[in-house]
Amino acid sequence: MDEKKTAWERLKLVHTKGRPTIRDYIPLIFSDFYEMHGDRFYGDDKAVIGGIASLDGTPVTVIAQVKGRDIDENKACNFAMPLPEGYRKALRLAKQAEKFHRPVICFIDTPGAYAGVAAEERGQGEAIARNIAEFMTLRTPIISIVLGEGGSGGALALGVCDELAMLENAQYSVISPRGFASILWKDAEREEEACNIMRITAEDMVRLGVAEAVIEEPLGGAHNDLDKISENIKEYLLHKIPEKCKKDIDVLLKERYTKFRKIGEFTE
Amino acid sequence: MFDDFFNVVKLRFNGGDVDETPSFKCPRCQSPVPMDKYEELHRVCPNCNYHGRLPASERIAITVDRGTFTELDSDMISGDPIDFPEYAEKQKELRKSTGLKDAVVTGTAMIKGVKTVIGVMDSNYMMGSMGSVVGEKIARAFEYATENGLPVVLFTASGGARMQEGIVSLMQMAKTSGAVKLHSDSGGLYITVLTDPTTGGVTASFASLGDVIIAEPKILIGFAGRRVIESTMKQRLPEDFQLAEFMQEKGFVDMIVERKRMRATLGHILELHGYKGKEV
Repeated sequence: MDEKKTAWERLKLVHTKGRPTIRDYIPLIFSDFYEMHGDRFYGDDKAVIGGIASLDGTPVTVIAQVKGRDIDENKACNFAMPLPEGYRKALRLAKQAEKFHRPVICFIDTPGAYAGVAAEERGQGEAIARNIAEFMTLRTPIISIVLGEGGSGGALALGVCDELAMLENAQYSVISPRGFASILWKDAEREEEACNIMRITAEDMVRLGVAEAVIEEPLGGAHNDLDKISENIKEYLLHKIPEKCKKDIDVLLKERYTKFRKIGEFTE
Repeated sequence: MFDDFFNVVKLRFNGGDVDETPSFKCPRCQSPVPMDKYEELHRVCPNCNYHGRLPASERIAITVDRGTFTELDSDMISGDPIDFPEYAEKQKELRKSTGLKDAVVTGTAMIKGVKTVIGVMDSNYMMGSMGSVVGEKIARAFEYATENGLPVVLFTASGGARMQEGIVSLMQMAKTSGAVKLHSDSGGLYITVLTDPTTGGVTASFASLGDVIIAEPKILIGFAGRRVIESTMKQRLPEDFQLAEFMQEKGFVDMIVERKRMRATLGHILELHGYKGKEV
């Protein structure tokens, strides 16, 4: 593993042009990916993709936030900031997976849910809340992996799961470090300082009980060896999916609830 | 006597236009309301009907049957999960100055004779933000209700997740929503009463999950803040954006209920869901 980088160095790395996105990973991890579109209510959000695929012969449902690899792709997928219909599409596909007893694999990679008039009018808050609540009792295994940025409720909407893995340089946070600096200190320029005190690295997540696994990145970061990082992700999934599928579903659900139930620090 | 003297001097010094009685400036219609009048109306603006922010204790007093409130988890205080600079000290000061332990008070009470689990958020405590204590107390309140077959009435008021607890605050959204879902799956009724302001991570978790969602008039309800949206869009948003009436129009609020009718409305809804009241 790479010698330890600061949270700020990792954030820079995650924002490096050429960092692999879900579109790079899917063909290397899965075969026969069939994308499914739309939430059946309003439209098809391009910031979230989902569908069915085969993971070495096991049918799975894949749900992912999509970052672009260049400016055109980023415009098309709204910089991976989902609208409510993106979250509702995710829930529809998760329910479909439940019906057909397929495990769900969620890939998180978003700076946050989209903040805008359209999002508010269509109930961004409700869409995220609904996913969180429904994923908590979804009767099929769920594994989530944070690929790069896991920003706020927009990430958590795909993050209620039986086990969360972080790519080594990925981060997960209540708000982007920039937003954090802007809210707490009214100065977005103090982003680096915020980044280093917020506890947002993969190791922080494991220590705080938010994540269970860290997936090692190639030296220098995921962009240096796409085949290797894809292999590492696949290996993790091939190990984890059968383990979760073997469990009695009621036990699994109880463990899923307990995982989140015990996060927090208080005295009484 | 000297106080009087100083006030007279101050008045003269300021040109005599200083109002001696403190007043409340309504954030909706901007008109000043004498503070005693505002408080007498339980903090409702007499000009535009904006329903202002209530301390949790006052909300409980005007909602539940007298003398029936029993607090749950009254001594719970927050830790400092990410060792955030000055967070522990700030908590200590706030507990002293507000008389609250954190941003939510939970308990059991009778509402029109119906035994109910009630939770009230208080925006005076770090803007009602949700950290470990809010998450834990709300989850426990729902679990208690599930175990005892009770309905839940929650008054929400929050700026969102508590930044000072980092990712741990985000996870409270999952904790609370999970507890709400288990209560719902057990057949329990959950009435959300959205009060000013209900935003961010609270909107994106338990506040949006009520079987019945009530809002007070003219209050703010949203996920993203107005300033954030305005800065992304580089344009001013309409005045009524994210107000209760707007959110009802968009389909996210069942009914808008005035404070003076709230207790009676809650009582009726509880009764219509088959919860039997005992006259007290």
